[in-house]
Amino acid sequence: MQAPKTETKQPLLSVRNLGVAYKTAQGPVHAVSNISFDLAENEVFGIAGESGCGKSTLIRSLLRLLPDSATVSADACLYRGQDLMGLPDARFRKDILWSEISLVPQSAMASFNPVYRVGDQIIESIRAHKSVSKAEARERCKALFDVVGLEAGLLDSFPHEFSGGMRQRAMIAMALSLDPGLIVMDEPTTGLDVLVQERILRRIREIRSEIKSSIILITHDIAVIAEMSDRIAIMYGGEFMEQASAVDLFEQPYHPYTLGLKNAFPSIRNIGAELISIPGSPPTLIGPLQSCPFAPRCPFAVAACRSANPEIVGLEGGQHQVRCVRHADAVGFREQAKEKAVWQF
Amino acid sequence: MSANAMSRSLRKLGLGLKEHYGIIATNKLSLLGFWIIVLFTLVAAFAPWIAPHEPWEMLFDSKGEFAALRAPSWEFPFGTTHLGYDLYSQLVLATRTTLLIGATSGFISIIIGANIGLIAGYYGGKVDEVLMRLTDILYGMPFLPFIIILIALFGRKLEFVILAIVLIIWRTSARVIRAQTIAIKQRQFIAMARARGASDLRIIYVHILPNVLPLLLLYAAFNIAWSIITEASASFLGFGDGETISWGGMLYELWLSGKTRVAWWWFATPSVCIILLVTSLVFVSRAYEEVANPRLRKR
Repeated sequence: MQAPKTETKQPLLSVRNLGVAYKTAQGPVHAVSNISFDLAENEVFGIAGESGCGKSTLIRSLLRLLPDSATVSADACLYRGQDLMGLPDARFRKDILWSEISLVPQSAMASFNPVYRVGDQIIESIRAHKSVSKAEARERCKALFDVVGLEAGLLDSFPHEFSGGMRQRAMIAMALSLDPGLIVMDEPTTGLDVLVQERILRRIREIRSEIKSSIILITHDIAVIAEMSDRIAIMYGGEFMEQASAVDLFEQPYHPYTLGLKNAFPSIRNIGAELISIPGSPPTLIGPLQSCPFAPRCPFAVAACRSANPEIVGLEGGQHQVRCVRHADAVGFREQAKEKAVWQF
Repeated sequence: MSANAMSRSLRKLGLGLKEHYGIIATNKLSLLGFWIIVLFTLVAAFAPWIAPHEPWEMLFDSKGEFAALRAPSWEFPFGTTHLGYDLYSQLVLATRTTLLIGATSGFISIIIGANIGLIAGYYGGKVDEVLMRLTDILYGMPFLPFIIILIALFGRKLEFVILAIVLIIWRTSARVIRAQTIAIKQRQFIAMARARGASDLRIIYVHILPNVLPLLLLYAAFNIAWSIITEASASFLGFGDGETISWGGMLYELWLSGKTRVAWWWFATPSVCIILLVTSLVFVSRAYEEVANPRLRKR
């Protein structure tokens, strides 16, 4: 959270109007649309949202890991000034994947090839991009294992000999192996028990002070994101609803969905308080949106919300972006949203 | 290649020799089959030194009489044919031909089948469609007319017998490997390999192939067994290589001689060998089947 801001410099990753559509029998499903953000060097950008809101699709589109049925479009997607969209697959694989953008996947459990030793798999990913000897790559692996808190001897183990937490750490070591500019973490702690989760997060935080990489952190766990991120985007129905610095987002949320999400998580200061959930479920996203995607579940929705998808508005000097027609009334909403009855309309 | 380097490259393929023996030794029948195969292999390797006579050499017994249609005795352990050929020598020399044909066509067919299965399964779409329809066409190809035409066109040569067998038997392995490839390519570690920048070929041969290896070895054993049976049937019908003796060829000569009802030892020896070797291969493949499909393992 105390990372130095480098706003004057060129952003590491700059995305403008990214959209992903899946072909289906019922017509194209716009899983992700109108996504724009800038990621600075050494910044942690958190993306939060409930299941099915398009978080994974968004990052998979950046890594070109989507199935053939998906089409990606964007006005711009610049990594250190280089256009990622126009890059041929072979060059993207060689120059960008893993060496510049690496991934810590959702379930590290299934992410190692069961027939190879863990160390060999990390060595493989180093040697695929860098011409170093096996011995050098192995030295690098030892150093990486040290960083994530695993013993060097474990390099010769098979993935099934690792516990879930160990595998996740090994996965993080693998993601760090080539000093990438950007590490995408797709729910890095999902499926781990709370203690291991905490240990992994602590480790990620420690690593942050040692490396220069930026991180995109995807999770549905607001607590994790609040703790780790410099900036946060709240995603719903394939779009960013609100985007702001972590402090601003939690202290002055503008979007009703953000207010709802905040309600749904327990607070330490208010033990025993009843949690309020948001009734309803996310939209299906078939065909282009004709209204605010959150309108059907929003207690503050008015006619304008249902007639058009609202534009993004930059507040507080453009630093706090909100996609809501009623952002001016947000101060009142913040109080009203704390009442359970408000959500049960 | 030194033994050490060889075992290392085998290990790269998935397992070391020791582990393979470990797989086979888990099952008593497989172990028995394994040693029978080893025995036949040794006989094949040293055949010219083990066989006392030439395969088509007319023999006379110790009393100087023409040794035609002799039942097994100390002098002729497996008996002789109506032309006085020693069946023991024929059998030993035929082992070499049979194993050679079996191993070669089994090996080549599994390589073809594995590659076609991996490529069809991995790429899917049109590639899959074309390769699998090709396989379907082969399924519609009756083996005997196919080999008869091939032999009629090119002559009774060992190479063409092998070619005919290979062209037919890769089909089943291709289908099975394709199905397994489709299952494995959905697994997350394949997506991760792609995220790490692995090319298609690397994913197919480095990441998927070792995971289908138990199935591959299972079908390699099946293919060898099937090649041996097929070679025997082709030779029995007179479409084997006329210059080389094989087990099926021995049965063919018996049939031509018209002595089937008289000389039980003549048809017993090659038949027992065929059954023994093929059964052993199936037993060994059982052990790999248990690795490929652990549910078969006894509880």
